[in-house]
Amino acid sequence: MTEAARDVILDVEGVSLAFGGVRALTDVSFSVRRGSITAVIGPNGAGKTSLFNTISGFYRPRSGNIAFDGRSLAGTAPPERARLGLARTFQNIALFRGMTVLDNIKLGRHAHMRTGLLDALVYRGRARREELELRAEIEERIIDFLEIQHIRNAPVATLPYGLRKRVELARALAMRPRLLMLDEPVAGMNREETEDMARFILDVKEEWDVTILMVEHDMGMVMDISDHVVVLNFGQVIAEGGPAAVQADPAVVAAYLGAGDLGRRLSGPEAA
Amino acid sequence: MRIGTLKTSYAADEALFDTRLQKLLILLACAAAVLFPFVASPYWLFLACLCAINVASATGLNILTGYTGLVSLGQAAFMSVGAYTVAVLEIHAGTPFLLNLLVGGLLTALVGIGVGIPSLRVKGLYLAIATIAASVVLHFVFAHWPLTGGMQGLSMPPARLFGMALDQPFQLYWLILPVTGLMVLGAANLFRTRVGRAFIAIRDRDISAEVLGIPLLRYKLMSFAVSSFYAGLAGGLWAYFFRVVTPESFPLVNSIFYLAAIIVGGMGTILGGILGAVFMTMVPELLKFVAGLVTPFYPDALALLAPVRTIVFGSLIVGFLIFEPHGLAEIWRRIRRFFHLWPFRT
Repeated sequence: MTEAARDVILDVEGVSLAFGGVRALTDVSFSVRRGSITAVIGPNGAGKTSLFNTISGFYRPRSGNIAFDGRSLAGTAPPERARLGLARTFQNIALFRGMTVLDNIKLGRHAHMRTGLLDALVYRGRARREELELRAEIEERIIDFLEIQHIRNAPVATLPYGLRKRVELARALAMRPRLLMLDEPVAGMNREETEDMARFILDVKEEWDVTILMVEHDMGMVMDISDHVVVLNFGQVIAEGGPAAVQADPAVVAAYLGAGDLGRRLSGPEAA
Repeated sequence: MRIGTLKTSYAADEALFDTRLQKLLILLACAAAVLFPFVASPYWLFLACLCAINVASATGLNILTGYTGLVSLGQAAFMSVGAYTVAVLEIHAGTPFLLNLLVGGLLTALVGIGVGIPSLRVKGLYLAIATIAASVVLHFVFAHWPLTGGMQGLSMPPARLFGMALDQPFQLYWLILPVTGLMVLGAANLFRTRVGRAFIAIRDRDISAEVLGIPLLRYKLMSFAVSSFYAGLAGGLWAYFFRVVTPESFPLVNSIFYLAAIIVGGMGTILGGILGAVFMTMVPELLKFVAGLVTPFYPDALALLAPVRTIVFGSLIVGFLIFEPHGLAEIWRRIRRFFHLWPFRT
């Protein structure tokens, strides 16, 4: 492996995806550097979530390859990808509504625990030890870190939107991810909540040594915290590079101006 | 009023029973269960055993339907597998009853896994129909296989412990109640661990369960296996209790009875399975009691018992679905909360 290849945690190469005649992704290639925050942006329908679902393993690409940490993910089922250290959150929050915040977060660790059915039925030995270790770690590392002590026993269904997003992040962190994929982490949040979330994302990168790949529409946040930006339009990568370079790219401006409001925000004073 | 639950360890916070009152109540219940056979009449002991068998089976169905979200109408058929296995072993092999029960449970678990295989593709109503189909197949097998005695079924000798026959409710009580107790405890433990959480995750949203590293098919089949293991054990206990097993012992209506029990008790709670099964077992007794009261004024009351029973069952299910969808367990929680907050109100 070359020096440059070792520096890359996720390598997407020539990925194409089609649903019937609709081409969702066409020859998408980019790579995510270890320890970076990489943002995928693009107008609605550009294929951002399709790209995430392909990386998660829900969709099988028609061609191309995705490599995680130098290992091809082809033929790897989603649960196996979780075990390798690939975690994600969803655009419209996929928490388990009937469970408490604590149980939701505990579920994140599932793939890394070993309690079997028989251990579970008696709750002695390994099952008990593992559960108590998990509880301690979640309390001390995740719940404290994300400032959600006050809601740990609340059912998820009773929480407001902003907190649910934070709980989903907590659950993803419990997965001990090496690459954390966030699908619109601040969509629908107000300014204050957005700033909180941006701070958490930066802290996760620094303190947990996790690489972050996110899809986001909030250009202010994308430009503020990302190291690298990939722009998708109609399923194709039309630009990639540092935030400033991407912002100045004429192809990007054209794509966004064509899409309306976002274009003005991207080229307007707010983004700067 | 409770002003706080102060705990000093995570173990204390993860315990099954977390308040002192709760522990006290459990101890009292255990003491009552031990003393009960010495004061109760054989008829009440009979009912207690029946309740316990139904609790065991309903708890099993609750694991599959209440916690994992896979609707099954095959619980009674799974029980018949356990019952026949125990009967055949008792008649032909004469092995110890605990071994027979275990074999019955394990064999039923295998059958359950087989029935569960379509569950990766079909859900809800379609899965329910698939389990009905499995019930019909099992019924056919038991009615025609020489080993299971055809339509006459099997009459089996009682369980024996140190040469003593367990053939009266008083003796069977000491077999059935502890086994049921252990089964319920096992189910409660299950949902304190990753395995139980994975079941709930599959019920609530199976796509994101996969992203968290939960292989859907394996856990769905595991849920089927545990649930039918419970059904098999319950069926085995049933066989030792009645000692005659025929193809008509476990009709489809019984599967609906168990489903009704967990709906009335509260799906997805351990307490719900217990309360629901006891409640549904006792409703006919209550009706008999009421019929006895009105007989002096209305002599035909007893003759109407059977149709009235069906109507009452039906209205209970509908009533709970509309007015108390979380079942008796939720009522119990409300009562607890009332006392925790007293003298304040929510």
